[in-house]
Amino acid sequence: MINADADNKDQSTHVEPRSINALQFLSFSLGNEEYGVNILRVQEIRSWEPVSRIPNVPSYEKGVVNLRGAIVPIIDLRERFDLGRAEYTPLTVVVVLQAEINNKSRTMGVVVDSVSDVVDVDKENIQRAPDFGTKVSTEFINGLASVNERMVMLLDVERLLKLDGIDDCSTDVHEDEH
Amino acid sequence: MSIDMAQFHQVFFEESFEGLDIMESGLLNLDMGDVDAEDINTIFRAAHSIKGGSGTFGFTAVSDFTHILETLLDEMRDGRRKVTQPAVNVLLGSVDCLREMLTAIQNESAVDNASVAEHKLALEIELKGGALLTSPHAEPAAIAKINTAISLNEQGWAITFCPHVDLLKTGNDPVRMFRELSTLGELEIIVDLRGLPDFYDYNPEECHLSWQLNLLGQVNIEAIEDIFDWVEGNCDMSIQSLADKAAKVAQLSAVDLVDDSVNPDEGVSPAIQLAAVETAKSTKEESKAAAKGSSSIRVDTSKIDTLINMVGELVITQSMLSLVGEHFELGKLDQLKSGLAQLERHTRELQESVMNIRMLPISFVFSRFPRLTHDLSTKLGKKIELKLVGENTEVDKTVVELISDPLVHLVRNSLDHGIEMPADRIAAGKPEMGTVTLEAYHRGGNIVIEVRDDGKGLDKHKLKTKAIEKGLIEKDAILTDKQIFELIFMPGFSTAEQVTDVSGRGVGMDVVRRNIQALGGNIELISELGKGSTIAIHLPLTLAILDGQSVAVGDETFIVPLGSIIESINVTDKMVNRVAGKGETFRLRGDYLPIVRMHEIFDVKSAKAEKLTDGLMVVVEGQGTRYGLFVDDLLGQQQVVIKSLEANYRRVEGVSGATILGDGSVALILDIPGLVRLSNQ
Repeated sequence: MINADADNKDQSTHVEPRSINALQFLSFSLGNEEYGVNILRVQEIRSWEPVSRIPNVPSYEKGVVNLRGAIVPIIDLRERFDLGRAEYTPLTVVVVLQAEINNKSRTMGVVVDSVSDVVDVDKENIQRAPDFGTKVSTEFINGLASVNERMVMLLDVERLLKLDGIDDCSTDVHEDEH
Repeated sequence: MSIDMAQFHQVFFEESFEGLDIMESGLLNLDMGDVDAEDINTIFRAAHSIKGGSGTFGFTAVSDFTHILETLLDEMRDGRRKVTQPAVNVLLGSVDCLREMLTAIQNESAVDNASVAEHKLALEIELKGGALLTSPHAEPAAIAKINTAISLNEQGWAITFCPHVDLLKTGNDPVRMFRELSTLGELEIIVDLRGLPDFYDYNPEECHLSWQLNLLGQVNIEAIEDIFDWVEGNCDMSIQSLADKAAKVAQLSAVDLVDDSVNPDEGVSPAIQLAAVETAKSTKEESKAAAKGSSSIRVDTSKIDTLINMVGELVITQSMLSLVGEHFELGKLDQLKSGLAQLERHTRELQESVMNIRMLPISFVFSRFPRLTHDLSTKLGKKIELKLVGENTEVDKTVVELISDPLVHLVRNSLDHGIEMPADRIAAGKPEMGTVTLEAYHRGGNIVIEVRDDGKGLDKHKLKTKAIEKGLIEKDAILTDKQIFELIFMPGFSTAEQVTDVSGRGVGMDVVRRNIQALGGNIELISELGKGSTIAIHLPLTLAILDGQSVAVGDETFIVPLGSIIESINVTDKMVNRVAGKGETFRLRGDYLPIVRMHEIFDVKSAKAEKLTDGLMVVVEGQGTRYGLFVDDLLGQQQVVIKSLEANYRRVEGVSGATILGDGSVALILDIPGLVRLSNQ
């Protein structure tokens, strides 16, 4: 716990005190598009390193790596969103995301082209993603925000981390009647 | 000088619980016809140590109780008393009672005086022998003194109802049940408020009350049991005929009057207690008990000795290395190398031994089942033999602790619903004695626990109809056998017809599955109508280490569990055959074994060996099937730490886990039986 004094000091160091509704997002690019994830879900940013391939899985699931003793899967977001493949270079970035799914903490790395910025977005300025029907899948997009005239698509990390078939989340747990 | 005795309490409790286990298994093994004096002696000794210990620590209630138990055993030992089944049952009951008393004392919660008094009474009646029971001179005055509310002529039932804390959460309301009870006859309700916590600690969703109900009138016991049917698993209760209760008290007083050699006070006191305590039970603090129970672990001394030796070696190696490092010159390179090799070996050994400490034989869980089988088969009137296989399989302590409840559930299922009544079995052409087998074994990085019975099995058709009825599946759904059996684990499948659920307790298989999944495992059911069912629980061995053989396929490395490798050979063209033009087999000493090409099923693009003669055939065995696994090359043997793929990722067919190699990269551990399934698809 931070005591009240420290809290105030902390606040005073900010030039512009942020409003309570402000959320911080880490923005990154995939091709020409810009995406953002809640910064609280970001564990670390790493450079791309070779993965161990997992057999018989969709091609966007690149494989697994050893992250300080834990086996962590790496997902290529470009391929996940059907944006075409990009060559991996030493500058390719892996954003390690973490989310609570079914009360279990789950870690996963996503491959992105490059990390751009940390942006403040006011909750009120987040728009709902428009519905494109089945033409464009917006299931991972929580909303849209505009930052410096650019549109940033805000991703739903929880949804993203639930790989197909990982969890049987569809079957809700019903308490027995008797 | 005073010594704080409390520091020894934990040891006393552990020893006592061990003693009780010895007594229990001893009693269960007693052969009525031909009793071995040594068996009785063993039981007696265990009881005696508990008595001695509890006396030392001032747990007089326990020592008094054990004293009576001991007296009874003493007479059996000397041959003065015949060992009969009823006597053994009373003794078993007392063992349970003692265990409850000790647990209560350990958790510093209130001892359930009512049940203690009841068991004491039963023991004393047994002790005074049946001969005197023929002349029950009921002394009205004595009975009146003991309990005015109950008279011998009264008809009715005394019900002790102590719901567990979570009763209300299951949607049961005691008030509703009492209302229903009162329609059966005149109902006296005495509520016990002593379990109530302070107002500030009080959670309105918890039930801390218990009740003593006297239902007067001619009532069928089934009618009462029906009312309590739903809560059976959520409460402690006993239903006793008022007449019986009074008679028992009367009997005892009568015995006391006749037998002067016994101190009259001693005999009457439990009866008075019985009346006085209003048969109230304090709510059991189960969560507390669980928390306390898990705090310690008993470790074999030899394991600790090895550990200490190893740490000693490690220290020596470390000081040697630091000596080398202090004035390092190139000439000492060899010394450094050998030092590092030693360090590596010691670290590995140390790691192994530390892991070993947490490993316990599964017999810790299995040991309770003979008793369960004994009790339940007697109650159900079935003849059941319980076979335990692989009791020495070692599993992690957490697994041991968490698996026992689901397992009890499954075994009870098998006993209750799986095995048929003796007459039905004979009619079906099966031996009268049913068999339930509990087996544990290691497979890859998993421990598998199987509960098998040779009972009536499950009716697939019935299951499907039920699922359609419950709206769990579509009417015209086409399901494989496996999918049909999966239905049992769906929430809401527990049926009134009791196809599988445990005696209508309302806790279905879905809870069992959820518990197992919480442990990172899975559960499978295979059943054949008329032949029996098998339930297999697969649990990962957390922290486990596996002896592995690394194999190369292209530029990828996989680990094959060493235990499943029989041999590795180079095949020649002459050995290879094709079945129906497709399936490849090779002949090994007269057996034709199927070939599984690793690079094909795992789609490895960079594989070097296309022709079977270019690579190596690793002959592996898993779950009874043998086959040849075709790989490029063997790399080396090493011990690998099994890491879960599922923690952050998911289950992958053909892969049982992953490990981290020396260079920091991840290698997959192959699931040998899973690969066959994969190649058959």
